[in-house]
Amino acid sequence: MEITVKLFAYFRDGRFIEAASNVSEDTTPQQVITSLDIDLDDVGVIMVNHRHAALDYQLKPADILAIFPKIGGG
Amino acid sequence: MADKIYRVNITDLTTSIEDVPADWAGLGGRGLTSTIIAAEVEPECHPLGGKNKLVIAPGMLSGTVAANSGRISIGGKSPLTGTIKEANAGGTAAQMLAKLGCKAIVIEGMPKGEGWYNLHITDDSITINEESELIGKGNFAIVDTVTSRMDEKHGIISIGPAGEMKMLSANISIKDPDSHVRSCGRGGLGAVMGSKHIKFISIAPTDAKVEIADQEAFTAANRAFTKALVDNPISQALGQYGSNVLVNIINESGGLPTRNFTSGQFDGHEKISGETMYDTIVERKGKPKHNCHKGCVIQCSQIYNDLNGNYKTSGFEYESIWAMGADCCVDDLDHIAEADHLMDDIGIDSIETSVAMGVAMEGGVLEFGDGAEVCRILKEEVATGSALGRIIGCGAGSVGRAFGVTRVPVVKNQAIPAYDPRSIKGIGITYATSTQGADHTMGYTIATEILGVGGTVDPLSKEGQVELSRNLQIATAAIDSTGMCLFIAFAALDDEHCLPALIDMLNARFGISLTADDVTSLGMSILKTEHAFNEAAGFTNVDDRLPEFFSEEPLAPHNVVWDFTGKEIDTFWDF
Repeated sequence: MEITVKLFAYFRDGRFIEAASNVSEDTTPQQVITSLDIDLDDVGVIMVNHRHAALDYQLKPADILAIFPKIGGG
Repeated sequence: MADKIYRVNITDLTTSIEDVPADWAGLGGRGLTSTIIAAEVEPECHPLGGKNKLVIAPGMLSGTVAANSGRISIGGKSPLTGTIKEANAGGTAAQMLAKLGCKAIVIEGMPKGEGWYNLHITDDSITINEESELIGKGNFAIVDTVTSRMDEKHGIISIGPAGEMKMLSANISIKDPDSHVRSCGRGGLGAVMGSKHIKFISIAPTDAKVEIADQEAFTAANRAFTKALVDNPISQALGQYGSNVLVNIINESGGLPTRNFTSGQFDGHEKISGETMYDTIVERKGKPKHNCHKGCVIQCSQIYNDLNGNYKTSGFEYESIWAMGADCCVDDLDHIAEADHLMDDIGIDSIETSVAMGVAMEGGVLEFGDGAEVCRILKEEVATGSALGRIIGCGAGSVGRAFGVTRVPVVKNQAIPAYDPRSIKGIGITYATSTQGADHTMGYTIATEILGVGGTVDPLSKEGQVELSRNLQIATAAIDSTGMCLFIAFAALDDEHCLPALIDMLNARFGISLTADDVTSLGMSILKTEHAFNEAAGFTNVDDRLPEFFSEEPLAPHNVVWDFTGKEIDTFWDF
């Protein structure tokens, strides 16, 4: 199935801002993160379709997965 | 040397230096400004009349070597909201005043004539001097001129033309270590300073140090505190991208107010994001990292250069960029930076003024997205005090009333900042219940709702939001009293060593033995003091509400409305 993966802040370095990705059914954000060689400890927030999601969320076709490091501001 | 209260009476042009009353001895920053305002200002008074006072206070740890302790608090009754107000900023003034032994400056009365003044403060005097050369001038000219009159080591607290004209969004500027300015931004306290005809306050440099009761314990606590800040990954990201790293995550969450609060996402988000800003700064040889006061180890500020590599602005914050960017649909960082620079010079709040521009765009005054026209209006209308400039300079509510716009995002007449309360509901509780009108910094629920700091709460659910906002508002009132930057909260919420180290520093500084519970009690007491002032000024629970359009207009992409009842909001004060 095809999903969209978006990366933010320094996760973009040497990777991409946004990319279409073909993944197998029932792939989780954790698997996507690992496949991108991003350290799980560095991950701050995961969103799927603009909602917060857990590492073991089961992705569905056309999902938009956004992966953020630990960031803040205000 | 014991700390003193420096008092200025502008009616009869007298000054005095007084001992600190015992009740005020353990206070600083917001805790002290709000306590003095509550004790000495009639709540029903006109904010721009002779009964209001302007109180300036460094925090409890300001002037020490404690990391990130250089915030200065300025308080008064706000002409924008009619509530009690405290606005704080970095810069050099807090540390300098604390080293001079100044616990607070209290400015009272009303000038009898047309003349303007400056104040000069040393370790044993505060003098009132006539000022004419700088009247009508912007903050950058003030810094240049005062520096040439004295030297660059002097601290400066000043107002621009907006404050002189008593515009309700006028801020108060604080000189930073690079002779640029930081702003006590919200609530129009610059107009209060202007009403008293004080153009600037200069602060003499000193070699004096603040007294530390237990130096060894203080040093150890500061080491642990600094480590907690430096090790925190969010501190590190703030250093690289600034607070503007939030544009993309708030946009992704569907909570980025766009086109005067009609959508939760902005097509141009990438062009105004922290990531783009970082790349632009590096490409133009600016500085991604910059500290607004000595001892800051987070360094969220930056030097943003223009296309030619010349300095344009610093302290280029998420809220300002969101407001002039997404809310006004301006997707050009250079236009936003130019507007930011102009607002710093005019001395006007960059959140209130930009949200006012968004309302003006809806009212047909200018087109959404027209950044060049925004800059023209700032330069030719607001800075000069034309009729349009004064309407915009008096804030979003003022523009809505003048141009018949009903979608006006304000609470208690103060503009709602960069997080839409329909899709990030906890921050709506903060906007509604804050003692000072809509202000995200009063209880920054975004940390938990969006950023996953200090636990997690679903931003789209009402569950747990009142409690979250209450706990954070209490903690913030206490932090705002210490002189600490609020960005220490990210480490404080997630690193068990951070808050105890901060309390240890307070204890070592003053030779006292506060516990975490005492700090919570301090925060509660400040909120209750402020709330009581507002009630005496005529505010009721009905004022703790969001504008009705939030309940009626669903916000994309989640298509949600603000759905807290008044009764639910009112439970905030059950403590």
